[in-house]
Amino acid sequence: MATTDTLIDVRNIVKHFGSVIALSGISMTVRRGEVMCLLGDNGAGKSTLIKTLSGVHRPSDGEFLVEGEHVVFTSPRDALDAGIATVYQDLAMIPLMSVTRNFFMGREPTKGIWPFRYVDFDQCSTITREEMKRIGIDVRDPNQAVGTLSGGERQCVAIARAVYFGAKVLILDEPTSALGVAQTSMVLKYIHQVRQKGLGVIFITHNVRHAYAVGDRFTVLNRGKTLGTFAKSDIEIDELQNLMAGGKELQSLSSELGGMV
Amino acid sequence: MARGEQPGSSSPTADVAAAPDERLKEASFVTKLMRRPELGAAAGLVLVTLFFMSTADPSMFTLAGIMNILAPSSQLGILAIAAALLMIGGEFDLSIGSMVAFSGLIFGCFLLLAGLPLLPAILATFATACVLGGINGQIVIRTRLPSFIVTLAFLFILRGLSLVGLKWATGGSTQMRGIGEQAGEGIVREMFSGNALEGLFAWLAAKDIVAKFPNGVPTVTGIPVSIVWFVLFTAFATWILLSTKAGNWIFAAGGDANAARNSGVPVDRVKTSLFMLTACAATLVAILTVLDAGSTDARRGFQKEFEGIIAAVIGGCLLTGGYGSAIGAFFGAIIFGMVSIGLTYTRFDSDWFQVFLGAMLLLAVLFNNFIRKKVTGER
Repeated sequence: MATTDTLIDVRNIVKHFGSVIALSGISMTVRRGEVMCLLGDNGAGKSTLIKTLSGVHRPSDGEFLVEGEHVVFTSPRDALDAGIATVYQDLAMIPLMSVTRNFFMGREPTKGIWPFRYVDFDQCSTITREEMKRIGIDVRDPNQAVGTLSGGERQCVAIARAVYFGAKVLILDEPTSALGVAQTSMVLKYIHQVRQKGLGVIFITHNVRHAYAVGDRFTVLNRGKTLGTFAKSDIEIDELQNLMAGGKELQSLSSELGGMV
Repeated sequence: MARGEQPGSSSPTADVAAAPDERLKEASFVTKLMRRPELGAAAGLVLVTLFFMSTADPSMFTLAGIMNILAPSSQLGILAIAAALLMIGGEFDLSIGSMVAFSGLIFGCFLLLAGLPLLPAILATFATACVLGGINGQIVIRTRLPSFIVTLAFLFILRGLSLVGLKWATGGSTQMRGIGEQAGEGIVREMFSGNALEGLFAWLAAKDIVAKFPNGVPTVTGIPVSIVWFVLFTAFATWILLSTKAGNWIFAAGGDANAARNSGVPVDRVKTSLFMLTACAATLVAILTVLDAGSTDARRGFQKEFEGIIAAVIGGCLLTGGYGSAIGAFFGAIIFGMVSIGLTYTRFDSDWFQVFLGAMLLLAVLFNNFIRKKVTGER
């Protein structure tokens, strides 16, 4: 199963919070240049799983390998250093700060000798502008506040930032959940670009359509367990939808509403 | 930071093609100007200056008059700039006023009771301030209580300790005398009291460039050192905010502490350092005023915490953090000094000062809110 292309390999990950079993044995792999969609309804354990992968939680049991090596993350910083970048739903962006300042937040490049170390924000702005242009977003003024950007653009800035700082695996936590149609396609297009660069992407969503549009493989979670991993060629979109929703109820609802769900 | 207009973005159709969101307007020159947080304070200073130019005695705007305005401005300004940095970092410090009195006491004790020479006494006072600021910061961070409440407690604790300590140290008085004599003379003393650039002013007077008395002594013998410290501190704080890593962390910590943490910003360390900075600014003001007066008393710095915060808000700081500037606080403090001193040059009752202050604060807050919505596109 595990090849040289495997970036992340988790085997039977278990996570308890006191008496609550949030994850009861999850296995999945993420390879270079693929989009792995993590699907599941609310409470399926998606958030716990990604927080475990990104170093916020430590697994209670199970194996966690990054590029074939066992790892134990004690903080989000460890995960970042290992090349696993998470773009959270709240984006880790600060609306009052400029695009440039957000882009380099926490990883500002410094020049000069201590105590006169400074950050060349002009150069940072140029880099930000170029990086954003590369993905087709013209940030006319990188000094404008992030609050003035649209949701899709913000999401793209967050992803571009992770890519620029050398992420190998991108974990995207519901990047499209709050976006309109045009904005969503902007983000999906960019996810596709990131895949072509050879990064592994974990795309968390509960929108099967969005998942099916860019995903290569799909892992479905339910009640803290993996229901299975499917390649795109092996599964139809309706099947995926049923699997995720636990089948029956949604099917009956779907027929009631005339197939609109 | 406002920059020049981007070239080649004049054609609206090309814009729409490049950026999918056509609701994003081109930033106009006005917007770019408004993006500077200190705009309001600068405009306010111009207005206030015009007001006094038309109503006050012309002697207000002579060199001597300007020094009269700047001296109290500078003491408040040092506090206001530190308060501004802390506010940008998302916290308040209501204990800075009391800290001025407490540091005065500590400084007096190191000099008079412990018998330390001036320089070690100054350094020891700053070290004490760092510890107290650090305690403030750690309590705020560990308890996750609003800093407003924690430092309000310290406002009373430090003021009370200053009173009790002064009585204990002096045997019943709330004033400690003899600090000036004990401090002695020398280069360190000159850094913290008296005037700077006296030679320059004497030379300028000799050349008839500045006003002088009939005996040849200039009416203004030099720039009070507190003004020099004020300007240097403004420059330092501005540099920190606008062109260093620490500055970016301060904005980030105040803008959204969680998001900042997720991006690897050491938020707790930034906030603790800022609390230490406000305590040190209070100590600097304490040392400047105590050495100037030669004594310290328990009422020093009374209500300065509010004045400092007001100056910072007039200077464009948002109460919610993440936005503001040191230059704004600089202007805010000068407005403060100009109004408090300026009213004595007019025929108005100088008690109008407080009315003016409240009105100015209200206007500044409304203006800041409007600006923030404009700048961030907040809905």
